Amino acid sequence: MSANSVSLAYLVAAVLFILTLKGLSSPTTARRGNMFGMIGMAIAVLTTLSVTHNWQYILIAIAVGGSIGALVARRIEMTAMPELVAAMHSLVGLAAVLVAMAAFNNPVAYGIALPGELLHGSNRIELFIGTFVGAITFTGSIIAFGKLSGKLSGRPLRFMGQHWLNLALGIAMLAFGIAFFLEPSWTPFLIMTAIALLLGVLLIMPIGGADMPVVVSMLNSYSGWAAAGIGFTLNNNMLIIAGSLVGSSGAILSYIMCKAMNRAFFNVILGGFGGEASVAGEEDGVQKNHRSGSADDAAFLMGNADSVIIVPGYGLAVARAQHAINEMSKVLTEKGVKVRYAIHPVAGRMPGHMNVLLAEAEVPYEQVVEMDEINNEFADTDVVLVIGANDVVNPAAKNDKSSSIYGMPILDVYKARTVLVVKRSMATGYAGLDNDLFYMDKTMMVFGDAKKVVEDVIKALA
Amino acid sequence: MTEIVDPLVMNLTVFVLAIFIGYHVVWNVTPALHTPLMAVTNAVSGIIIVGAMLAAKPQEMDIGTILGLVAVTLAAINVFGGFLVTQRMLSMFKKKGK
Repeated sequence: MSANSVSLAYLVAAVLFILTLKGLSSPTTARRGNMFGMIGMAIAVLTTLSVTHNWQYILIAIAVGGSIGALVARRIEMTAMPELVAAMHSLVGLAAVLVAMAAFNNPVAYGIALPGELLHGSNRIELFIGTFVGAITFTGSIIAFGKLSGKLSGRPLRFMGQHWLNLALGIAMLAFGIAFFLEPSWTPFLIMTAIALLLGVLLIMPIGGADMPVVVSMLNSYSGWAAAGIGFTLNNNMLIIAGSLVGSSGAILSYIMCKAMNRAFFNVILGGFGGEASVAGEEDGVQKNHRSGSADDAAFLMGNADSVIIVPGYGLAVARAQHAINEMSKVLTEKGVKVRYAIHPVAGRMPGHMNVLLAEAEVPYEQVVEMDEINNEFADTDVVLVIGANDVVNPAAKNDKSSSIYGMPILDVYKARTVLVVKRSMATGYAGLDNDLFYMDKTMMVFGDAKKVVEDVIKALA
Repeated sequence: MTEIVDPLVMNLTVFVLAIFIGYHVVWNVTPALHTPLMAVTNAVSGIIIVGAMLAAKPQEMDIGTILGLVAVTLAAINVFGGFLVTQRMLSMFKKKGK
């Protein structure tokens, strides 16, 4: 294929990638969008294959990687999506580093330098940026994966002078980048890469488990920028376009997550949330009373209500109670109760996670409502069932200025006529705060495993 | 104008325009589909496979082509894994309705 036809084919692929994201604006067009993405990727890969020599080896590599990917995609549990996404970000990061190294090793093969010629100045800068973004994405995502999958502690790891160390490393990395720009050789390139790898670890280690939705979104963004950076090096517009789409998507998701948690982006990056606040609830020492009831009581209240709103949190997914809760809402709906689900943007461990978990349990799409749309309706609701959620329904976010979550948008559960809370114990949530909702007169606590409680409710309703 | 524009400037033009497109398209994504959005963008960032294939391209094998082949394998995991898991998630949303 001529260079022009290759570029035109790449243009088609780039347009298809834009349509992929556009398709996700509604569930009805999303599947077609995903199909566009697959076609775009197939066009890009086949076009590139037509201009390569080692196509046999490349096909084998694609077959190996593709089978692993397909297997994982088929096997992965929906609760483990955040880990999968983090793991995949690390692969993109590593691939970017490897491609940059290969480009530096043999710039002639990429058509970015003539034989015997050194790399151009602008290529050196691009290579430097692509490599360090890729390297930080690689190790940062591995740490995020470890924290999300429980292989590493979710607690923030902090030590004295951490920020200064990071700053010093950042400056050192930049210095070796400049050295590479002045004199392109392997030594500064490899030292710079090693520092970036270390920085990836140090930047993510201090970030607590509660902030992981932001981190995953941020690394999503980085993986896109890494691809775009490589696109600059190779003068490949398709890579730049696809990379920028991913980069801006991740950046927007990070912003949405930060807003939903009322956290400034830089505070998240600087880390430390969710570790030291864990004793906050004990400070007043006043014995507060809560009312507790059984699953039968809960069934009686919900069975006689006109409207029920279910507020699911990650605890629901941990207890694998999604299917049970869908059964329960079916029974309630048959009794003429209006059932809906209220979703807080950070319910779950990545953006939109709870929607997927409910979708997997075949909860009807129209019953699932986002926070902004349902918040006005709590006051007119007979019973709210909070299950496995805590901080996102804590009224302290609205009325306690001293609270660490003050200002965070919450679901206005406290306005409902009756509140049922299913929890294993009175323990605090991620933010380590006590929740006044649990001590209100209209609140009844139902202690126990979420799945067991919901199954008992179903039995009592029958 | 006899001067040739540096490719860096052309790349920058494409880059900035693509960010604008990304910004506007992504704000239209419904929050319910944010997880599939992340999975599909993961697959799209697997586009780095093209760069990896070009690294593996030269006829004579050396360290560069081997790095390229490793990168192709890694990126292929992303491409296949990302698109297929997105498809799996979206089919759950499709079963919706009564």
